[in-house]
Amino acid sequence: MVNSFDGKISRRGCVIIAGLFLAMASPAFAHMEIDPPIFQPGAPGQPARELTVEESLDLGQSHFIEADVAFMQDMIIHHGQAVDMGDLIAARTDHAGIHLAGERISLSQTTEIEWMRTWLERRGQQTARPGGHHHAMGHDMADMPVMTGMLSPAQMIELAASQGVEFDRLYLSGMILHHQGALDMVETLLTEPGAGEDPELSEFLGSIIADQSAEITRMRAMLAGL
Amino acid sequence: MPSYKHINPAMAALTMALSACTPADQAADETIETNSDPRAGLSAGLYDAGEAVWNLEHLHALQSPPGFFDPDALWSRVLADEPEEETEAVEASVAEGDGEGETEAEAEEAAPPPPNPISFANSDLAFTGDRVIMGNFHGFNIFEAPRGENPEHILSVVCPGGQGDVSVHGDLVFFSAEQGRARLDCGAGGVEGESSSERFRGIRIFDISDISAPVQVAAIQTCRGSHTHTQVPHPTDPDTLYIYNSGTGSVRPDTELEGCSDGEPGDNPDTSLYSIDVIKVPLNAPSEAMIINSPRIFEDRETGQINGLWMGDPVEEDEEESTEVEAEATDAEAVEDTEMADAEPEATPHGTRATVSCHDIGVYPDFNLAAGACGGNGILLDISDPENPSRIDDLYDPNMAYWHSAVFNNDATKILFSDEWGGGVSARCRAEDPMEWGANVVADITEDGMVQGAYFKIPTIQTDAENCVSHNGSIVPVPGRDIIVQGWYSGGISVIDFTDSNNPYELAFFDRGPIDADQLYLAGYWAAYWHNGRIFAPEIARGLDIFRLLPSEHLTANEIAAAELINFDEGNTQTQRHIVWPDQPVVARAYLDQLVRSEAITGMLADQIDAEISQWENGDAPSDQSAQIVIDMQMVSEMASPDDARRLSKLSGLLQR
Repeated sequence: MVNSFDGKISRRGCVIIAGLFLAMASPAFAHMEIDPPIFQPGAPGQPARELTVEESLDLGQSHFIEADVAFMQDMIIHHGQAVDMGDLIAARTDHAGIHLAGERISLSQTTEIEWMRTWLERRGQQTARPGGHHHAMGHDMADMPVMTGMLSPAQMIELAASQGVEFDRLYLSGMILHHQGALDMVETLLTEPGAGEDPELSEFLGSIIADQSAEITRMRAMLAGL
Repeated sequence: MPSYKHINPAMAALTMALSACTPADQAADETIETNSDPRAGLSAGLYDAGEAVWNLEHLHALQSPPGFFDPDALWSRVLADEPEEETEAVEASVAEGDGEGETEAEAEEAAPPPPNPISFANSDLAFTGDRVIMGNFHGFNIFEAPRGENPEHILSVVCPGGQGDVSVHGDLVFFSAEQGRARLDCGAGGVEGESSSERFRGIRIFDISDISAPVQVAAIQTCRGSHTHTQVPHPTDPDTLYIYNSGTGSVRPDTELEGCSDGEPGDNPDTSLYSIDVIKVPLNAPSEAMIINSPRIFEDRETGQINGLWMGDPVEEDEEESTEVEAEATDAEAVEDTEMADAEPEATPHGTRATVSCHDIGVYPDFNLAAGACGGNGILLDISDPENPSRIDDLYDPNMAYWHSAVFNNDATKILFSDEWGGGVSARCRAEDPMEWGANVVADITEDGMVQGAYFKIPTIQTDAENCVSHNGSIVPVPGRDIIVQGWYSGGISVIDFTDSNNPYELAFFDRGPIDADQLYLAGYWAAYWHNGRIFAPEIARGLDIFRLLPSEHLTANEIAAAELINFDEGNTQTQRHIVWPDQPVVARAYLDQLVRSEAITGMLADQIDAEISQWENGDAPSDQSAQIVIDMQMVSEMASPDDARRLSKLSGLLQR
């Protein structure tokens, strides 16, 4: 199922040489000789004003707030458990749909963890939340999930100890809650004034909503079919 | 004007050519050992990355205009990896700050607003005459490039807020805005408070009749903003235009926009989820544009349940028609059964979120059809009444992470859906990423609804630093074949034949290396669209690229020439136009080339048809043989594949001109 190349495509790779020599005609990146003024329209019906290049770039400045940073730090932990849950699949079930779902969740969330770390690092922020997560404070650690939708340590142990259909049920119901927890985290973040306005973060939130909603759909269907 | 150094393209091409057939163990990039595809292992760079091109000519590479890109800011991020003092300062402020108000201020003080390339990301294209309108998260730009030549930049408009999906009608540019920071007045700095009349999420309309004074003439607020939109012409009234709006963001509070409400249909039958917006635009008074309907296109037709679509999933067929509440109960029971319900109260499921909106809708007014790519499903709609689209059929596929866009073939007998697994910001074309994920899937439209065919994903291995997945494309108007040109973000652009729904294959590509060899910087092709004989491809970080097709064993000069005959005065890719080829000899030659390639026609008959077309090219009347040729073609047709039979029929019609 993995990206691979048979002889046919390899041969095509050789055929490509002919085309590649044509790449000699490839143009260098060009600046426009003349650029028109930059306009910033106003509200509907209002006239536009002209901007300098610097003013335009300043309008593209973004900002983030502490809640954004905390969200990313938390989501790294949240995603991390999804990857851990996926690692349990291979030895515990033959359910093809769960293998597929688990593989995709692990692949997606592993790269998203990297992406979140980079987002934080590029903004000079720590990737781990200082002092651990506040939800876990003052509770019996074994029974409490670290944050919304995550399995508690006891539940993780139960999942790891299960096999076959029992594992399938625990994995799917657990991961559905896990994904809904992620969606809740997004929702909670967006109730903070000024949160989620960093454009990269905004895109990321959109992709969490899209991907995880679609995955919940698939997992619910599988759970109903067990 | 700064000049960007770039490696000698000829040397780059030579190097790539030599490495294309080099044994894997000699490949320059040790992380890509198994891949003989020349797109793998291209060198990194902003304007000097390595390039691989196959069966395309790269005509122009235009940088993003001034004010829409900040290379210094981009590179400062790469260089500023270890600002030790600054990091300590931030850590200190975070550790001290428990009160959220003060930490916010401190965080901003300690870390200045980061340069944010996505603020200036180029997005979708629309075409009017010789003009190319390129959307941007920061506004839009217009270039003039008659048949892709002598490109000139003629207009820059700044209006931040993403994602800048654009369409055009006459002098009006329609523009999708979705981010919470977007302001009604096109300003920056965001909006104070949870509810504000200054925030704008929806569709803006700009009048560009005077390019020295563009004006925002209307702004239609919507409950979930506008991620993409699609123009739908009125069947009879040229002064009325409909817009189908797809919002994928969070629902705004009722206090900000009246009538908006979140939640699942079980709790809130009026929820702003589970619908699209139909906007009616009086073209003579665009400021009076308004939402006239929010059709429940995911409704279960039997039960009327508005979130009915994904409940029809094949896996659930043995279940009785379960309602939202029952399904929720199923989950709750499953959870209870397994003693996993003892979590915090906030961990209990409260409703599901599934196919709640469309990402993009491709309409084909000539056939009264629309194809919706709607997250968890691909759907087919009847739009005979554009104000009330109704669902004909839907597809579900566990391999499709996120149904993202949909393009019909010219005959409206099939749809090519794309899957934007990872949302376009992630590397999804690596060796470990399956070929069925983040791919295209072709669906035939039959009397019994849609029937799924094969997947297609670009046959290359890209790196961790290259965001790559199937994205936007348009039909290349080659008669007799179904061909699409498509952007794959940093995977480049790809030209794909999907005439056989079960065997799509690639016939041309272009790819450029990542911006940085190690870190992923968002880049690559948002789209690649054919317009009036050329391919225009908006590159997120770098600008606009223009290409033309070159002949190859997979596509002849005649087929390209026939495609280049097709011209439209306006081009909005998601509003598909039916292509009718003129009766010209080169169109006949295109069909003949296809019939010879598939060996449906061989030997003497091929020579006779060739001679007959030459007669036509010379302005001579059909020869005495022509009647017999047509009869012979009819006989061949009876043995031929359905695709070849259609080509024979078209060719025969042309020869009897």
